[in-house]
Amino acid sequence: MYPPKFDYYRAGSVEEALALRKQHDGKFLAGGHSLIPVMKLRLSDPGVLVDIGRIDGLKGISAANGSAKIGALTTHAMVEAADNLPDILPEAAGWIGDPMVRNRGTVGGNIAHADPASDLPTVFTALQAKIHVAGEGGSRVVEASNFFTGLFETAMSDDEMVTAVEVPSKDNHTGTAYAKLFNPASRYAIVGAGAMLTMQGNQCTAASVSIGGLLPNAIRCPSVEAALFGQTLNEETIAAAAAAVANDIVADDVMGDIHASAEYRQRMAPVFVKRAIAAAAARA
Amino acid sequence: MSKYMGKAVKRVEDPRFIQGRGKYVANLKLANMGHAAIKRSPFAHAKINGVDASAAKALDGVIAVYTGQDLQAAGVGSLPCGFNPPGIVTAPHMPLAVDKVRHVGDGVAVVIANDIYTAYDALDLIEVDYEPLPAVVDAKKATAADAPQVHDEIPNNTSFHWPLGESDTVMGAMNESDHVVELDFINQRLIPNAMEPRACVAEWNAFTEEMTVWTSSQNPHLIRLLMSMATLGIPENRLRVISPDVGGGFGSKIFHYPEEVIVPWCSKQLGQPVKWVSTRSEAFVTDAHGRDHVTTAKLGVNNDGTFTALHVQTWANMGAYLSTFAPMIPTALYITLFSGLYKIPHIFGESWGTMTNTVPVDAYRGAGRPEASYLLERLIDIAARDLNMDPIELRRKNFIQPDEFPYQTPVAMVYDSGDYDQLFDKAMEVSGYNEMIEERDRARQEGRLVGIGVSGCIEASGAGPSKVVTSLGAGVGLWEHGLVRVHPTGKISVLTGTHAHGQGHETTFAQLVADELGVPMDDIEIVHGDTSKTPFGLGTYASRSAAVGGTAIMKSCEKIREKMKAIAAYQLEAAVEDMVYDQENGTIHVQGSPDRSKTFVDISVAALMGHIPDDMEPSLEEATFFDPPNFTFPNSAHIAMVEVDKESGEISLLKYAAVDDVGNVINPMIVEGQLQGGIVQGVGQALLEHGIYDEDGQLLTGTFLDYAMPRADDVPMSALGRIEIPSPSNPLGVKGAGEMGTIAGTPTVANAVMDALHPLGVRHVDIPHTAAAIHGAIQSASVSAD
Repeated sequence: MYPPKFDYYRAGSVEEALALRKQHDGKFLAGGHSLIPVMKLRLSDPGVLVDIGRIDGLKGISAANGSAKIGALTTHAMVEAADNLPDILPEAAGWIGDPMVRNRGTVGGNIAHADPASDLPTVFTALQAKIHVAGEGGSRVVEASNFFTGLFETAMSDDEMVTAVEVPSKDNHTGTAYAKLFNPASRYAIVGAGAMLTMQGNQCTAASVSIGGLLPNAIRCPSVEAALFGQTLNEETIAAAAAAVANDIVADDVMGDIHASAEYRQRMAPVFVKRAIAAAAARA
Repeated sequence: MSKYMGKAVKRVEDPRFIQGRGKYVANLKLANMGHAAIKRSPFAHAKINGVDASAAKALDGVIAVYTGQDLQAAGVGSLPCGFNPPGIVTAPHMPLAVDKVRHVGDGVAVVIANDIYTAYDALDLIEVDYEPLPAVVDAKKATAADAPQVHDEIPNNTSFHWPLGESDTVMGAMNESDHVVELDFINQRLIPNAMEPRACVAEWNAFTEEMTVWTSSQNPHLIRLLMSMATLGIPENRLRVISPDVGGGFGSKIFHYPEEVIVPWCSKQLGQPVKWVSTRSEAFVTDAHGRDHVTTAKLGVNNDGTFTALHVQTWANMGAYLSTFAPMIPTALYITLFSGLYKIPHIFGESWGTMTNTVPVDAYRGAGRPEASYLLERLIDIAARDLNMDPIELRRKNFIQPDEFPYQTPVAMVYDSGDYDQLFDKAMEVSGYNEMIEERDRARQEGRLVGIGVSGCIEASGAGPSKVVTSLGAGVGLWEHGLVRVHPTGKISVLTGTHAHGQGHETTFAQLVADELGVPMDDIEIVHGDTSKTPFGLGTYASRSAAVGGTAIMKSCEKIREKMKAIAAYQLEAAVEDMVYDQENGTIHVQGSPDRSKTFVDISVAALMGHIPDDMEPSLEEATFFDPPNFTFPNSAHIAMVEVDKESGEISLLKYAAVDDVGNVINPMIVEGQLQGGIVQGVGQALLEHGIYDEDGQLLTGTFLDYAMPRADDVPMSALGRIEIPSPSNPLGVKGAGEMGTIAGTPTVANAVMDALHPLGVRHVDIPHTAAAIHGAIQSASVSAD
């Protein structure tokens, strides 16, 4: 567990970080909880690390005008403890790793790494989050559903970095929830499902549902959302809507491993979508 | 009457551990110390056509690179197997592979560098010309005629065959039974993962020609013996082995490992100290694994529930090399426990130890006994369902009765003592068994999958006598040494050949001596883990320390008391027979005249000054080498309740209750800790842990991302109860508490999960019962029900 040699630069600003990275063809280091382990296993040899961990203004949560902005360097522990974020976020963040991981790992690092089994991509997809990305040419905003593009792949280029994630702030008519089938070893998601429902009484007036863990990247579930929209939600209608997730998943894309076969994961998709919807509806 | 024995005295070692002040091998820093890293095979099976270390040697900061050929040319010996049953076929195990690698992680070369980072950089520069060969990983498939051969010396990959009993007779009785339960199953491979990875530091002194080796081991004396006689050839009186604080072993640190040869050899070669500390990744592919059996078993039962016969065949995976005690585990520690708590008139068991391209398998907490308990308790549970009997009632029907001890089983063991009905009575009470049944049945009516699991397990601890274990094939006896040294000021040093790596000996042995001699615990120091300080001893494993090591210390205390009485009698001009040793406060007085007395310190000083009888040797130091007349047999009744999620197969362990008879108890807090922790390990095997190799011999569970260790939220605190039936095998009446949780935890929870699935008609699912596996069983059951 000894990494190969690397050079280390600490950036004081986003601009400096971008410049250093480009100059040295290095990799950004935030909390280091994905990058350092693979370096220690000598599976990654980036040569140069650009530490963005101490850049001012990228850490913390601020809420205004119906939305909350989570700085890229905000730790999972901070999200877990936040009371001004939709329930799904503290819920999912509290299930990431263990307290040490949550104290070091960052939201921005997590989504930039885009691990298919990670929780936050699924959560942000359900929340229709806006990912703020900075590059040399300035900053841009990418919808979460367009941000995660494949296995460890995002819509960012190597010259860009996440600066913040913008999510809807907590609201009384909207319920959010995350349901997760844990990998027994890593506690990553074998299947993770996120739901954000707006309700008027028992009727669903808006639905955003996502699934991850079983696919190369988290996706929105339009078939499930369509089945929920306008429905009076009860056990049957929720189960029926959840079953529609089969239409949103490309079967050939479903991954399998020693912990869970592709077939098992596919069977679990509607189960956990159902749980996420039911929990979100109960919170709306 | 006793001040300390039986009391939950807080552990004296904890302040230093909790505050991070323990001294482990990895903490050791010596002047001019080189750092070693080992080049390991990425292939499960391959010829080595050549090793080119020139680039590594040229790297700045690299001191030396050695290959397997260098060690062989220097006369370094093969790592020995210390348990050799009749007919065993063995093959050399060189500390670094010479011609062939036989498992992923097999060492090929060692780099010594000025710092560990450079050493690892150098590893990447070593080029090994491998010629990959087909691999075999399954214990039974390894015996097929066309299976790849792991060692030329071991035909059909079968190192030994160990039968016990008469197969034909047993099958005759089986065939006359009303009912036969048959089961083919596996006991999966486990990877131990003690918190502290293994580590070794060696320092050769060229002037005194003495080698000092610090190694994270459970038995430094045995390691020294094996280094002297087999691997390094340095005589014992020139070789000091120290195992300081050791952060857990669970069996995996009993054995003599390649690094304990490589590192000292390099130190001598280079004339400088050398340090090696295992990384966690290395630990996964080099620490001995546990279990890994493929078994076919039959249990004969009559309609009234009486067991008639048991017939078992097991293929035990030994891995690529025979580890130090490996052949003992699926033989003398396994088949001999097949009788469980029961009268089974006819038992036959046989095992084949087979070689595969996997990490060597050896003792892991419980070592053979968990495998025996799992197979028997699963069979009995299936029998209970087939006969439609309550699983506890079926067990009770076959219990060995309290008046039948000592009980000779058909499989060599003579059980010491027990009261299994009382044990189960208490377990039913502690668990609330009847309420659990009601709760389960209510849940079932609601369509939920709730199950209750029961097990009754036996363990053989404190192995002995030595002539019996050596006649079975062990290369060492299993006696233990205990020396009590009373210093002139009345303070006491206790030297023991056992070794503590989590067991709390510094507390429990001090409790014992404090009561035996009537002195404060603070006055007592427990010394262990250094071959230069303590006389030869056999270390700690198989729950032997209290029963064997504790008894040796106790007997030495008795000798000290007798000698002190004689000195006091001399000084008080009284007859020895009239002297009374007051164990409350360590004073000695003349019977009937409490005023005519001497204190512990008075006598300690007198022994120094020579104010002692003329025919007596001065000083107060007594040693005992205790060889137990028999094993002890701890036993248990454990009960668990689980709920299975019908949709996903996820399992929640709702309740766990355990009642154990570990004999007399020295420190109930430590015993409870052993049980709680042991149960977690047992539950780990039932629900989570599985060391998986693919067909090519790649370990797929080589990190904690894929190897599922139990975590705090996987397991509830267990409700614990105890009955104390003293063991007659030792004067302390203790039986051993280190392993029962692990032994019983697995079948108890597996039986509970199977009970939960019973309404669906599921008979057996191999462990671990992961959500995916259980979901699969539920699916197949509903398909077959349709």
